[in-house]
Amino acid sequence: MSQGDRRSWPLWEVFVRARRGLSHNHVGSLHAPDAAMALRNARDLYTRRSEGVSIWVVPAAAITASSPQEKDSFFDPAGDKVYRHPTFYEIPDEVPHL
Amino acid sequence: MQPSSQPAAEVGRPALPEDRPAPPKDRPAPPGETSPREDAQFAAAFQALVDAEARIEPRDWMPEAYRATLIRQIAQHAHSEIIGMQPEGNYITRAPSLRRKAILIAKVQDEAGHGLYLYSAAETLGVSRDELLDLLHSGRQRYSSIFNYPTLTWADIGAIGWLVDGAAITNQVPLSRCSYGPYARAMTRICKEESFHQRQGYEILWALAHGSGEQKAMAQDAVDRWWWPSLMMFGPPDDASPHSAQSMTWKIKRFSNDELRQKFVDMTVPQAQAMGISLPDPDLRFEESSGHWRHGEIDWSEFARVLAGDGPCNAVRMARRREAHQAGAWVREAASAYAAKHQVGVLTGSAA
Ligand SMILES: [Fe+2]
Ligand SMILES: [Fe+2]
Repeated sequence: MSQGDRRSWPLWEVFVRARRGLSHNHVGSLHAPDAAMALRNARDLYTRRSEGVSIWVVPAAAITASSPQEKDSFFDPAGDKVYRHPTFYEIPDEVPHL
Repeated sequence: MQPSSQPAAEVGRPALPEDRPAPPKDRPAPPGETSPREDAQFAAAFQALVDAEARIEPRDWMPEAYRATLIRQIAQHAHSEIIGMQPEGNYITRAPSLRRKAILIAKVQDEAGHGLYLYSAAETLGVSRDELLDLLHSGRQRYSSIFNYPTLTWADIGAIGWLVDGAAITNQVPLSRCSYGPYARAMTRICKEESFHQRQGYEILWALAHGSGEQKAMAQDAVDRWWWPSLMMFGPPDDASPHSAQSMTWKIKRFSNDELRQKFVDMTVPQAQAMGISLPDPDLRFEESSGHWRHGEIDWSEFARVLAGDGPCNAVRMARRREAHQAGAWVREAASAYAAKHQVGVLTGSAA
Protein backbone atom coordinates (compact mmCIF):
# COMPACT_ATOMS: atom_id res chain seq x y z
CA MET A 1 0.00 0.00 0.00
CA SER A 2 1.50 3.28 -1.05
CA GLN A 3 1.90 6.13 1.36
CA GLY A 4 -0.54 8.26 -0.61
CA ASP A 5 -3.25 5.64 -0.53
CA ARG A 6 -6.20 7.10 1.32
CA ARG A 7 -6.83 3.71 2.91
CA SER A 8 -4.23 4.70 5.46
CA TRP A 9 -6.01 7.90 6.50
CA PRO A 10 -7.50 7.49 9.95
CA LEU A 11 -11.08 8.28 10.86
CA TRP A 12 -11.71 11.30 13.10
CA GLU A 13 -14.83 12.00 15.12
CA VAL A 14 -15.87 15.65 15.05
CA PHE A 15 -17.35 17.57 17.99
CA VAL A 16 -18.61 21.14 17.67
CA ARG A 17 -19.40 23.73 20.35
CA ALA A 18 -22.30 25.69 18.88
CA ARG A 19 -22.03 28.71 21.18
CA ARG A 20 -20.07 29.91 24.14
CA GLY A 21 -21.62 28.26 27.19
CA LEU A 22 -22.65 25.01 25.46
CA SER A 23 -20.73 21.75 25.46
CA HIS A 24 -19.17 20.18 22.37
CA ASN A 25 -21.55 17.84 20.58
CA HIS A 26 -20.75 15.00 18.23
CA VAL A 27 -21.68 15.95 14.66
CA GLY A 28 -20.12 13.26 12.47
CA SER A 29 -16.79 12.01 11.24
CA LEU A 30 -14.25 12.43 8.45
CA HIS A 31 -10.97 11.01 7.18
CA ALA A 32 -7.77 13.04 7.30
CA PRO A 33 -4.04 12.26 7.34
CA ASP A 34 -3.34 14.25 10.49
CA ALA A 35 -5.00 16.31 13.22
CA ALA A 36 -4.37 19.67 11.59
CA MET A 37 -5.98 18.59 8.33
CA ALA A 38 -8.82 16.95 10.25
CA LEU A 39 -9.51 20.26 11.97
CA ARG A 40 -9.48 22.23 8.72
CA ASN A 41 -11.68 19.73 6.96
CA ALA A 42 -14.06 19.67 9.92
CA ARG A 43 -14.38 23.45 9.70
CA ASP A 44 -15.23 23.27 5.99
CA LEU A 45 -17.54 20.30 6.35
CA TYR A 46 -19.45 20.91 9.57
CA THR A 47 -19.40 24.70 10.13
CA ARG A 48 -20.10 26.21 6.70
CA ARG A 49 -22.84 28.34 8.22
CA SER A 50 -21.11 29.43 11.40
CA GLU A 51 -22.54 26.48 13.33
CA GLY A 52 -19.72 26.55 15.82
CA VAL A 53 -17.19 28.55 17.79
CA SER A 54 -14.94 25.59 18.63
CA ILE A 55 -14.19 22.20 17.11
CA TRP A 56 -12.65 19.03 18.58
CA VAL A 57 -11.37 16.25 16.36
CA VAL A 58 -10.67 12.94 18.06
CA PRO A 59 -9.16 9.85 16.43
CA ALA A 60 -12.06 7.36 16.32
CA ALA A 61 -9.59 4.69 17.40
CA ALA A 62 -8.99 6.56 20.67
CA ILE A 63 -12.59 6.28 21.81
CA THR A 64 -13.59 3.49 24.16
CA ALA A 65 -17.33 3.00 24.30
CA SER A 66 -19.60 1.03 26.56
CA SER A 67 -21.33 -1.83 24.83
CA PRO A 68 -25.03 -1.54 24.03
CA GLN A 69 -25.43 -5.24 24.80
CA GLU A 70 -24.25 -5.00 28.37
CA LYS A 71 -26.29 -1.84 28.83
CA ASP A 72 -28.52 -3.34 31.50
CA SER A 73 -25.86 -4.79 33.76
CA PHE A 74 -23.50 -1.88 33.19
CA PHE A 75 -25.98 0.76 34.24
CA ASP A 76 -27.80 -1.44 36.78
CA PRO A 77 -26.13 -0.05 39.88
CA ALA A 78 -27.99 3.26 39.46
CA GLY A 79 -31.30 1.56 38.73
CA ASP A 80 -32.45 0.89 42.28
CA LYS A 81 -31.28 4.11 43.91
CA VAL A 82 -34.43 6.14 43.60
CA TYR A 83 -33.46 8.01 46.78
CA ARG A 84 -30.99 9.97 44.63
CA HIS A 85 -33.92 11.90 43.19
CA PRO A 86 -35.53 14.76 45.16
CA THR A 87 -39.02 13.49 44.37
CA PHE A 88 -38.31 10.40 46.53
CA TYR A 89 -38.83 12.42 49.72
CA GLU A 90 -42.21 13.16 51.20
CA ILE A 91 -42.52 16.69 52.47
CA PRO A 92 -45.86 18.07 53.68
CA ASP A 93 -47.43 20.51 51.20
CA GLU A 94 -47.52 23.34 53.69
CA VAL A 95 -43.74 23.44 54.10
CA PRO A 96 -42.55 26.39 51.97
CA HIS A 97 -39.38 26.84 49.88
CA LEU A 98 -38.34 23.18 49.84
CA MET B 1 -25.91 22.10 13.71
CA GLN B 2 -28.40 19.84 15.37
CA PRO B 3 -27.25 18.64 18.74
CA SER B 4 -26.43 15.00 18.74
CA SER B 5 -28.92 13.07 20.81
CA GLN B 6 -26.35 10.62 22.07
CA PRO B 7 -23.61 11.10 24.62
CA ALA B 8 -20.06 10.92 23.34
CA ALA B 9 -19.44 7.60 25.05
CA GLU B 10 -21.87 5.83 22.75
CA VAL B 11 -20.63 7.51 19.61
CA GLY B 12 -17.41 5.66 19.26
CA ARG B 13 -16.86 2.70 17.11
CA PRO B 14 -13.88 0.43 16.96
CA ALA B 15 -10.64 1.44 15.35
CA LEU B 16 -10.43 0.99 11.62
CA PRO B 17 -7.67 -1.40 10.69
CA GLU B 18 -5.63 -0.53 7.60
CA ASP B 19 -7.89 -2.04 5.05
CA ARG B 20 -11.51 -2.17 6.05
CA PRO B 21 -13.31 -1.64 9.30
CA ALA B 22 -13.84 -4.71 11.37
CA PRO B 23 -17.35 -5.27 12.61
CA PRO B 24 -17.69 -3.87 16.10
CA LYS B 25 -16.00 -6.23 18.54
CA ASP B 26 -18.84 -6.41 20.93
CA ARG B 27 -21.52 -6.93 18.35
CA PRO B 28 -23.23 -10.26 18.81
CA ALA B 29 -22.16 -12.89 16.36
CA PRO B 30 -24.00 -12.56 13.04
CA PRO B 31 -26.87 -14.94 12.32
CA GLY B 32 -25.52 -18.40 11.73
CA GLU B 33 -23.04 -18.16 14.58
CA THR B 34 -25.77 -17.82 17.13
CA SER B 35 -28.57 -20.23 17.76
CA PRO B 36 -31.84 -19.64 15.91
CA ARG B 37 -33.41 -18.91 19.26
CA GLU B 38 -30.89 -16.16 20.06
CA ASP B 39 -31.35 -14.67 16.59
CA ALA B 40 -35.09 -14.54 17.10
CA GLN B 41 -34.62 -12.83 20.45
CA PHE B 42 -32.28 -10.20 18.98
CA ALA B 43 -34.63 -9.64 16.06
CA ALA B 44 -37.63 -9.21 18.32
CA ALA B 45 -35.76 -6.74 20.55
CA PHE B 46 -34.59 -4.83 17.47
CA GLN B 47 -38.09 -4.55 15.99
CA ALA B 48 -39.48 -3.52 19.39
CA LEU B 49 -37.01 -0.61 19.47
CA VAL B 50 -37.97 0.39 15.94
CA ASP B 51 -41.69 0.15 16.72
CA ALA B 52 -41.18 2.33 19.79
CA GLU B 53 -39.68 5.02 17.51
CA ALA B 54 -36.29 4.63 19.21
CA ARG B 55 -33.23 5.10 17.00
CA ILE B 56 -30.90 2.23 16.14
CA GLU B 57 -27.26 3.18 16.74
CA PRO B 58 -24.13 1.77 15.05
CA ARG B 59 -23.20 -0.71 17.76
CA ASP B 60 -26.70 -2.10 18.28
CA TRP B 61 -27.57 -5.52 16.96
CA MET B 62 -29.41 -5.27 13.66
CA PRO B 63 -30.57 -7.79 11.05
CA GLU B 64 -28.00 -8.22 8.30
CA ALA B 65 -30.63 -7.35 5.69
CA TYR B 66 -31.32 -4.05 7.49
CA ARG B 67 -27.61 -3.27 7.48
CA ALA B 68 -27.27 -4.19 3.78
CA THR B 69 -30.34 -2.18 2.80
CA LEU B 70 -29.06 0.88 4.64
CA ILE B 71 -25.56 0.62 3.17
CA ARG B 72 -27.01 0.41 -0.32
CA GLN B 73 -29.46 3.26 0.22
CA ILE B 74 -27.08 5.63 2.02
CA ALA B 75 -24.29 4.94 -0.48
CA GLN B 76 -26.57 5.59 -3.45
CA HIS B 77 -27.69 8.76 -1.75
CA ALA B 78 -24.08 9.85 -1.13
CA HIS B 79 -23.08 9.08 -4.73
CA SER B 80 -26.04 11.16 -5.96
CA GLU B 81 -24.86 14.19 -3.99
CA ILE B 82 -21.35 13.84 -5.42
CA ILE B 83 -22.38 13.23 -9.04
CA GLY B 84 -25.05 15.91 -8.60
CA MET B 85 -22.34 18.56 -8.41
CA GLN B 86 -21.56 18.10 -12.10
CA PRO B 87 -24.63 19.43 -13.95
CA GLU B 88 -24.58 22.63 -11.88
CA GLY B 89 -20.81 22.92 -11.60
CA ASN B 90 -20.86 23.32 -15.38
CA TYR B 91 -22.37 26.78 -14.92
CA ILE B 92 -20.13 28.23 -12.24
CA THR B 93 -17.96 30.01 -14.83
CA ARG B 94 -21.02 31.17 -16.75
CA ALA B 95 -23.32 32.41 -13.98
CA PRO B 96 -24.83 35.73 -15.15
CA SER B 97 -23.67 37.82 -12.16
CA LEU B 98 -21.21 37.72 -9.30
CA ARG B 99 -24.14 37.23 -6.92
CA ARG B 100 -25.41 34.19 -8.82
CA LYS B 101 -21.89 32.83 -9.09
CA ALA B 102 -21.22 33.06 -5.34
CA ILE B 103 -24.58 31.39 -4.65
CA LEU B 104 -23.92 28.58 -7.12
CA ILE B 105 -20.46 27.89 -5.68
CA ALA B 106 -21.98 27.71 -2.18
CA LYS B 107 -24.70 25.37 -3.41
CA VAL B 108 -22.33 23.00 -5.18
CA GLN B 109 -20.06 23.03 -2.13
CA ASP B 110 -23.06 22.07 0.01
CA GLU B 111 -23.71 19.08 -2.24
CA ALA B 112 -20.13 17.92 -1.69
CA GLY B 113 -20.75 18.30 2.05
CA HIS B 114 -23.96 16.26 1.79
CA GLY B 115 -22.05 13.48 0.09
CA LEU B 116 -19.47 13.48 2.88
CA TYR B 117 -22.07 13.48 5.68
CA LEU B 118 -23.67 10.48 4.03
CA TYR B 119 -20.44 8.55 3.40
CA SER B 120 -19.64 9.13 7.05
CA ALA B 121 -23.06 7.73 8.05
CA ALA B 122 -22.60 4.70 5.77
CA GLU B 123 -19.23 3.97 7.34
CA THR B 124 -20.82 3.50 10.76
CA LEU B 125 -22.36 0.34 9.26
CA GLY B 126 -18.97 -1.26 8.72
CA VAL B 127 -18.19 -0.37 5.10
CA SER B 128 -15.16 1.74 4.20
CA ARG B 129 -15.06 5.01 2.27
CA ASP B 130 -12.74 3.55 -0.34
CA GLU B 131 -14.97 0.55 -0.88
CA LEU B 132 -17.91 2.86 -1.51
CA LEU B 133 -15.94 4.97 -3.99
CA ASP B 134 -14.78 1.81 -5.76
CA LEU B 135 -18.39 0.65 -6.05
CA LEU B 136 -19.37 3.97 -7.61
CA HIS B 137 -16.39 4.15 -9.97
CA SER B 138 -16.87 0.59 -11.18
CA GLY B 139 -20.58 1.16 -11.75
CA ARG B 140 -21.64 -1.46 -9.21
CA GLN B 141 -23.57 1.09 -7.16
CA ARG B 142 -25.89 3.68 -8.63
CA TYR B 143 -26.67 7.33 -8.22
CA SER B 144 -29.96 9.06 -8.93
CA SER B 145 -30.73 8.90 -12.64
CA ILE B 146 -31.82 12.56 -12.63
CA PHE B 147 -28.17 13.59 -12.96
CA ASN B 148 -27.89 11.88 -16.32
CA TYR B 149 -29.78 14.74 -17.96
CA PRO B 150 -27.82 17.68 -19.40
CA THR B 151 -27.95 21.33 -18.31
CA LEU B 152 -28.48 23.13 -21.60
CA THR B 153 -29.06 26.74 -20.51
CA TRP B 154 -28.76 28.92 -17.42
CA ALA B 155 -32.47 28.36 -16.79
CA ASP B 156 -31.67 24.70 -16.11
CA ILE B 157 -29.82 25.80 -12.98
CA GLY B 158 -33.07 27.38 -11.81
CA ALA B 159 -35.11 24.31 -12.73
CA ILE B 160 -32.70 21.99 -10.92
CA GLY B 161 -32.80 24.03 -7.72
CA TRP B 162 -36.55 24.36 -7.75
CA LEU B 163 -37.59 20.91 -9.01
CA VAL B 164 -34.69 18.52 -8.37
CA ASP B 165 -33.74 19.90 -4.96
CA GLY B 166 -37.46 20.31 -4.27
CA ALA B 167 -38.09 16.63 -4.98
CA ALA B 168 -35.00 15.71 -2.95
CA ILE B 169 -36.32 17.69 0.04
CA THR B 170 -39.69 15.94 -0.20
CA ASN B 171 -37.85 12.61 -0.04
CA GLN B 172 -35.41 13.66 2.66
CA VAL B 173 -37.63 15.31 5.25
CA PRO B 174 -39.21 11.97 6.30
CA LEU B 175 -35.74 10.36 6.22
CA SER B 176 -34.68 12.63 9.05
CA ARG B 177 -37.02 10.48 11.18
CA CYS B 178 -35.61 7.22 9.82
CA SER B 179 -34.84 4.48 12.34
CA TYR B 180 -31.06 4.52 11.84
CA GLY B 181 -29.60 7.30 14.02
CA PRO B 182 -26.56 8.40 11.99
CA TYR B 183 -28.59 8.53 8.75
CA ALA B 184 -31.42 10.44 10.41
CA ARG B 185 -29.01 12.98 11.90
CA ALA B 186 -27.21 13.49 8.58
CA MET B 187 -30.59 14.06 6.93
CA THR B 188 -31.59 16.68 9.49
CA ARG B 189 -28.49 18.69 8.68
CA ILE B 190 -28.93 18.20 4.93
CA CYS B 191 -32.58 19.28 4.96
CA LYS B 192 -31.66 22.48 6.73
CA GLU B 193 -29.18 23.30 3.97
CA GLU B 194 -31.44 22.21 1.12
CA SER B 195 -34.07 24.87 1.59
CA PHE B 196 -31.71 27.57 0.29
CA HIS B 197 -31.04 25.36 -2.72
CA GLN B 198 -34.67 25.22 -3.67
CA ARG B 199 -35.31 28.90 -3.04
CA GLN B 200 -32.33 30.08 -5.09
CA GLY B 201 -33.53 27.90 -7.98
CA TYR B 202 -37.04 29.32 -7.81
CA GLU B 203 -35.60 32.83 -7.69
CA ILE B 204 -33.56 32.21 -10.86
CA LEU B 205 -36.67 30.99 -12.72
CA TRP B 206 -38.81 33.78 -11.32
CA ALA B 207 -36.34 36.38 -12.60
CA LEU B 208 -36.30 34.77 -16.06
CA ALA B 209 -40.07 34.34 -16.11
CA HIS B 210 -40.42 38.07 -15.47
CA GLY B 211 -37.76 39.07 -17.99
CA SER B 212 -37.78 39.40 -21.78
CA GLY B 213 -39.81 37.10 -23.99
CA GLU B 214 -36.67 35.17 -24.78
CA GLN B 215 -35.82 34.74 -21.08
CA LYS B 216 -39.33 33.56 -20.30
CA ALA B 217 -39.14 31.02 -23.11
CA MET B 218 -35.82 29.81 -21.72
CA ALA B 219 -37.39 29.27 -18.28
CA GLN B 220 -40.35 27.45 -19.80
CA ASP B 221 -38.09 25.20 -21.87
CA ALA B 222 -36.05 24.21 -18.81
CA VAL B 223 -39.16 23.37 -16.80
CA ASP B 224 -40.54 21.38 -19.74
CA ARG B 225 -37.40 19.23 -19.75
CA TRP B 226 -36.95 18.79 -15.98
CA TRP B 227 -40.56 18.22 -14.87
CA TRP B 228 -40.98 14.56 -15.80
CA PRO B 229 -37.50 13.41 -14.69
CA SER B 230 -38.19 15.15 -11.34
CA LEU B 231 -41.37 13.10 -10.88
CA MET B 232 -39.35 9.96 -11.65
CA MET B 233 -36.97 10.79 -8.79
CA PHE B 234 -39.46 9.25 -6.35
CA GLY B 235 -38.93 5.86 -7.93
CA PRO B 236 -41.30 3.33 -9.50
CA PRO B 237 -45.01 3.34 -8.64
CA ASP B 238 -46.01 1.53 -5.46
CA ASP B 239 -47.31 -1.56 -7.21
CA ALA B 240 -43.89 -2.01 -8.88
CA SER B 241 -41.81 -1.32 -5.78
CA PRO B 242 -41.29 -4.69 -4.08
CA HIS B 243 -38.84 -3.68 -1.32
CA SER B 244 -40.91 -0.81 0.04
CA ALA B 245 -42.93 -2.86 2.52
CA GLN B 246 -39.85 -4.15 4.35
CA SER B 247 -38.33 -0.65 4.47
CA MET B 248 -41.59 0.63 5.93
CA THR B 249 -41.56 -2.04 8.65
CA TRP B 250 -38.00 -1.08 9.49
CA LYS B 251 -39.05 2.59 9.44
CA ILE B 252 -36.32 3.46 6.98
CA LYS B 253 -39.10 4.60 4.70
CA ARG B 254 -42.09 6.51 6.08
CA PHE B 255 -44.14 7.16 2.96
CA SER B 256 -44.55 5.24 -0.27
CA ASN B 257 -43.05 6.48 -3.57
CA ASP B 258 -46.47 7.52 -4.87
CA GLU B 259 -47.36 9.33 -1.65
CA LEU B 260 -44.15 11.37 -1.78
CA ARG B 261 -44.63 12.09 -5.49
CA GLN B 262 -48.17 13.32 -4.79
CA LYS B 263 -46.91 15.55 -1.99
CA PHE B 264 -44.34 17.08 -4.36
CA VAL B 265 -46.88 17.67 -7.13
CA ASP B 266 -49.32 19.31 -4.71
CA MET B 267 -46.61 21.70 -3.47
CA THR B 268 -45.12 22.47 -6.86
CA VAL B 269 -48.13 23.17 -9.09
CA PRO B 270 -49.14 26.36 -7.23
CA GLN B 271 -45.50 27.51 -7.30
CA ALA B 272 -45.45 27.12 -11.09
CA GLN B 273 -48.72 29.01 -11.39
CA ALA B 274 -47.38 31.82 -9.20
CA MET B 275 -44.56 32.51 -11.64
CA GLY B 276 -46.65 32.03 -14.73
CA ILE B 277 -44.86 28.94 -16.00
CA SER B 278 -46.82 25.95 -17.25
CA LEU B 279 -46.06 22.30 -16.56
CA PRO B 280 -45.73 19.96 -19.57
CA ASP B 281 -48.61 17.64 -18.65
CA PRO B 282 -51.92 18.04 -20.52
CA ASP B 283 -53.58 15.65 -18.05
CA LEU B 284 -52.58 17.61 -14.94
CA ARG B 285 -55.79 18.58 -13.13
CA PHE B 286 -57.08 19.50 -9.72
CA GLU B 287 -59.30 16.82 -8.22
CA GLU B 288 -61.99 18.51 -6.13
CA SER B 289 -63.00 15.36 -4.26
CA SER B 290 -59.52 14.68 -2.84
CA GLY B 291 -57.98 18.15 -2.96
CA HIS B 292 -54.98 16.80 -4.89
CA TRP B 293 -53.36 17.74 -8.17
CA ARG B 294 -53.39 14.60 -10.33
CA HIS B 295 -50.61 14.18 -12.90
CA GLY B 296 -50.72 12.22 -16.15
CA GLU B 297 -48.98 8.97 -17.03
CA ILE B 298 -45.23 8.82 -16.34
CA ASP B 299 -43.07 7.27 -19.06
CA TRP B 300 -41.44 4.54 -16.99
CA SER B 301 -39.68 3.12 -20.02
CA GLU B 302 -37.58 6.30 -20.13
CA PHE B 303 -36.77 5.87 -16.42
CA ALA B 304 -35.68 2.26 -17.00
CA ARG B 305 -33.58 3.28 -19.99
CA VAL B 306 -31.73 6.07 -18.16
CA LEU B 307 -31.25 3.90 -15.08
CA ALA B 308 -29.79 1.14 -17.25
CA GLY B 309 -27.14 3.55 -18.51
CA ASP B 310 -28.73 4.88 -21.67
CA GLY B 311 -29.40 8.46 -20.52
CA PRO B 312 -28.00 11.49 -22.31
CA CYS B 313 -25.09 11.96 -19.86
CA ASN B 314 -24.38 8.66 -18.05
CA ALA B 315 -21.01 8.14 -19.70
CA VAL B 316 -19.93 11.77 -19.29
CA ARG B 317 -20.80 11.83 -15.58
CA MET B 318 -18.91 8.62 -14.81
CA ALA B 319 -15.87 9.62 -16.86
CA ARG B 320 -15.74 13.01 -15.14
CA ARG B 321 -16.02 11.41 -11.69
CA ARG B 322 -13.18 8.93 -12.32
CA GLU B 323 -11.05 11.65 -13.85
CA ALA B 324 -11.59 13.93 -10.83
CA HIS B 325 -10.66 11.09 -8.48
CA GLN B 326 -7.48 10.30 -10.38
CA ALA B 327 -6.54 13.94 -10.89
CA GLY B 328 -6.85 14.47 -7.14
CA ALA B 329 -4.52 11.60 -6.25
CA TRP B 330 -1.48 13.86 -5.89
CA VAL B 331 -3.27 15.97 -3.29
CA ARG B 332 -4.01 12.89 -1.20
CA GLU B 333 -0.46 11.66 -1.62
CA ALA B 334 1.01 15.03 -0.64
CA ALA B 335 -1.19 15.22 2.46
CA SER B 336 -0.17 11.70 3.50
CA ALA B 337 3.51 12.41 2.89
CA TYR B 338 3.33 15.60 4.93
CA ALA B 339 1.54 13.80 7.78
CA ALA B 340 4.11 10.98 7.76
CA LYS B 341 7.04 13.41 7.78
CA HIS B 342 5.48 15.46 10.55
CA GLN B 343 4.82 12.30 12.55
CA VAL B 344 8.49 11.29 12.33
CA GLY B 345 9.47 14.78 13.48
CA VAL B 346 7.21 14.52 16.50
CA LEU B 347 8.59 11.12 17.45
CA THR B 348 12.22 12.18 17.24
CA GLY B 349 11.55 15.44 19.00
CA SER B 350 12.77 17.64 16.16
CA ALA B 351 10.65 20.37 14.69
CA ALA B 352 8.99 19.30 11.47
FE1 LIG C 1 -27.91 17.79 -1.45
FE1 LIG D 1 -29.27 20.40 -2.84
